[in-house]
Amino acid sequence: MIKLGVPSKGRLMEKTFDWFARREVHLARTGSDREYAGEVAGIDGVALVLLSAGEIPRELAAGRIHLGVTGTDLIHEKLPLWEQQVEPIAEMGFGHADLVLAVPQGWVDVDLTDDLDAVAAMFRERHGFRLRIATKYHRLVREFLREVGVADYQLVDSQGATEGTVANETAEAIADITSSGETLRANHLKILQDGLILASQATLWRSRVADVNDGERANMRTLLDRLT
Amino acid sequence: MSDLRARAQALRDQFAQAGAQVVDPPVLQPADLLLDLYGEDIRGRAYVTSDAMRGEQMLRPDFTVPVVQMHMAHGAEPARYTYAGEVFRRQETDPDRASEYMQVGYEVFERSDPAAADAEVFSLISQAVAPLALRAATGDIGILMAAVDGLNTTQRRKAALRRHIWRPRRFRALLDRFGGRTSVPDSRRVLLAGEVNTDAPLTGLRTQDEIDTRIAALIEDTNEPPISNAEMEGLDALLAVRETLPYALSQLNDLSVDLPAIKDAVARVAARAEALAKRGVDVDSLEFEASYGRTSMEYYDGFVFGFYAESRPDLPAVATGGRYDALTQRLGAGAAIPAVGAVLRPDLMALLEEVA
Repeated sequence: MIKLGVPSKGRLMEKTFDWFARREVHLARTGSDREYAGEVAGIDGVALVLLSAGEIPRELAAGRIHLGVTGTDLIHEKLPLWEQQVEPIAEMGFGHADLVLAVPQGWVDVDLTDDLDAVAAMFRERHGFRLRIATKYHRLVREFLREVGVADYQLVDSQGATEGTVANETAEAIADITSSGETLRANHLKILQDGLILASQATLWRSRVADVNDGERANMRTLLDRLT
Repeated sequence: MSDLRARAQALRDQFAQAGAQVVDPPVLQPADLLLDLYGEDIRGRAYVTSDAMRGEQMLRPDFTVPVVQMHMAHGAEPARYTYAGEVFRRQETDPDRASEYMQVGYEVFERSDPAAADAEVFSLISQAVAPLALRAATGDIGILMAAVDGLNTTQRRKAALRRHIWRPRRFRALLDRFGGRTSVPDSRRVLLAGEVNTDAPLTGLRTQDEIDTRIAALIEDTNEPPISNAEMEGLDALLAVRETLPYALSQLNDLSVDLPAIKDAVARVAARAEALAKRGVDVDSLEFEASYGRTSMEYYDGFVFGFYAESRPDLPAVATGGRYDALTQRLGAGAAIPAVGAVLRPDLMALLEEVA
C-alpha cells in the first residue's frame, strides 16, 4: 500500500481533498467527525493517513509514509538536508505563507536587515542584553540571519500570538508566518524589505527513504501520473 | 572509543612533558556566558540543556572558555595547561560531521615574548601531526584589526567594521558603503531627506530617543567623506595577501606605506617568523593568508593557524589554534593576560593514519 499523509484538520485538509479530487483521486474521512480514519477512492493501492501537518515532515523522513502534504516552511525547519530525505512532487497552489522578519512600524529608521543589525548593536549597548526576536522557526531564522550577517540578537521562543510579543515587551522584533500581513499591521509591525526568509505553500512531497516493493512502485507510478 | 581515549591521553601526556599542567574542566558549562560571548550562533552549534536549579547549561563546545575562566580565577603566572576530553557540537547541516569527539589541547598564558609563545604552540602541534604530512595554514587577525583601527574615518565606522571582522560578507558590504563604492539604499535616502512619517504608535522597548539618536548619527555620517581610495585599495590588497611567509612579509611591509597602522602588527609577524625558524619550522614554505581564520570562532585576535589533510578536503581541520588576548580580558573581570593555544582531533589523526 502507498501511504499518503494528509493534514487531519481544517482548511488545509479540505483544500488538499479538493486538489486530489480534481485529479480523480477521492480522499475522504470515515467514521465520526472525531475519528481520524480515511479512505481513498478512484485509485487502487493507496491508503490515507491523517496526521498533524507538523508531523508529516518527520513521518516522511522516517519512511513511514510514502507521500505527504505539508508546507515548505515545516519541511525546511524540521528536516536538515531535506533534499536528501524528501522530494517535492507538486506545489499545490494554496496554503501560501511567507516566513518574514518584522519590526515595529514606529522604527522609521529600519527597513533593511542591514538596519536591523546596526540597531541590534546599539540596543545591546543601551539595554545590556541582545535584541530579542520572537519566533518558532529557530533554525530557519538563525541560518537566515547568519547568512545576511546580523549579529547581537537572540531568539526567544514563541509558539503562538507571536505578533503580540513586541507590544508585550518580551521581544523587539518577530519572525513569523504571514499570508496577507494583516495581523502584522494590526499589531503595528512592518516587514523588512529584504526580510523574506522563506516563501511557503502546501506541497506534495515524496519520501526518498520509504521502502517500496514492485507492486507499490507500479501503484506509485499510476498515482503520480495522475497527479502531475 | 577506548583506543581513541588512549591516543588522546598519550598526546596529553606529551604536552604535559612539555611543561603543561593537566586540567579537566566540567562537561556542563553555564549557557549564559557562552551565549554572551558568541551570540545566538552558538545555539546552532552547541547542545543546550537545563534544570530548575542551574538554569540553561551547555555541553562544552570547546575547552578554551572554561580553561581561560579557570586561569583568570586562580591561575599562577606564567601558566601552561593541557587537557583531553570530549566536546559536543550540534550538526544541523552535515550529518557526516561528528557531534561528539575528543579534543586534546595546549594553552599558554605568558606575558613575556608572545612570538616565542606562538612558536611554541605551533611547533608542538606541528610535531604531533608531523607523520600525517598535513598542510599548515597560518594568518594573523591582528593585522586586519590594526588596519581598521588606523583608517582615517569616524570611530563609528571603525567600530561597525571591527564588529564584523568575523563576518566577511557584512564587512565587505560596510566597507564598500563607507568607501563610497556602493550607493546609499533608497530607504535610507528617504529617511535622511526627512520624508518618513508614521502615525503608528511606537511599540516595544526601543524608545523614540534611541530612534532619534540613530537618525542623528546617520545624518552625521552622510557629512563624512568616504574612506580614501588609497586606504580602500590598501585594504583590498591586504585581504588578498596569500603567499609563503617570507613573500607575505615583504608584501605586508609594502602595504604598511599606505596603511601605516599595521606596522606594529606586521613586526609581530616578522618576530613570530624568527621564533618559528628558531624552533625548526620551515618558514620559507609556510603559507600565510591575511584573511585566514575570519570565519571561525570570534575569540582569536592575533596569530591563527590550522592543519589540513590535502587528500581529504571533506574533513574539518585536524588541528586549529591561535592567540586570544582579548578573551582573557573579557573573562578576567579587570585582569588580562596574553594567551595562545591550540587543539588536536585524535579521531581524525587515527582516520588519516588508517588510510595512509
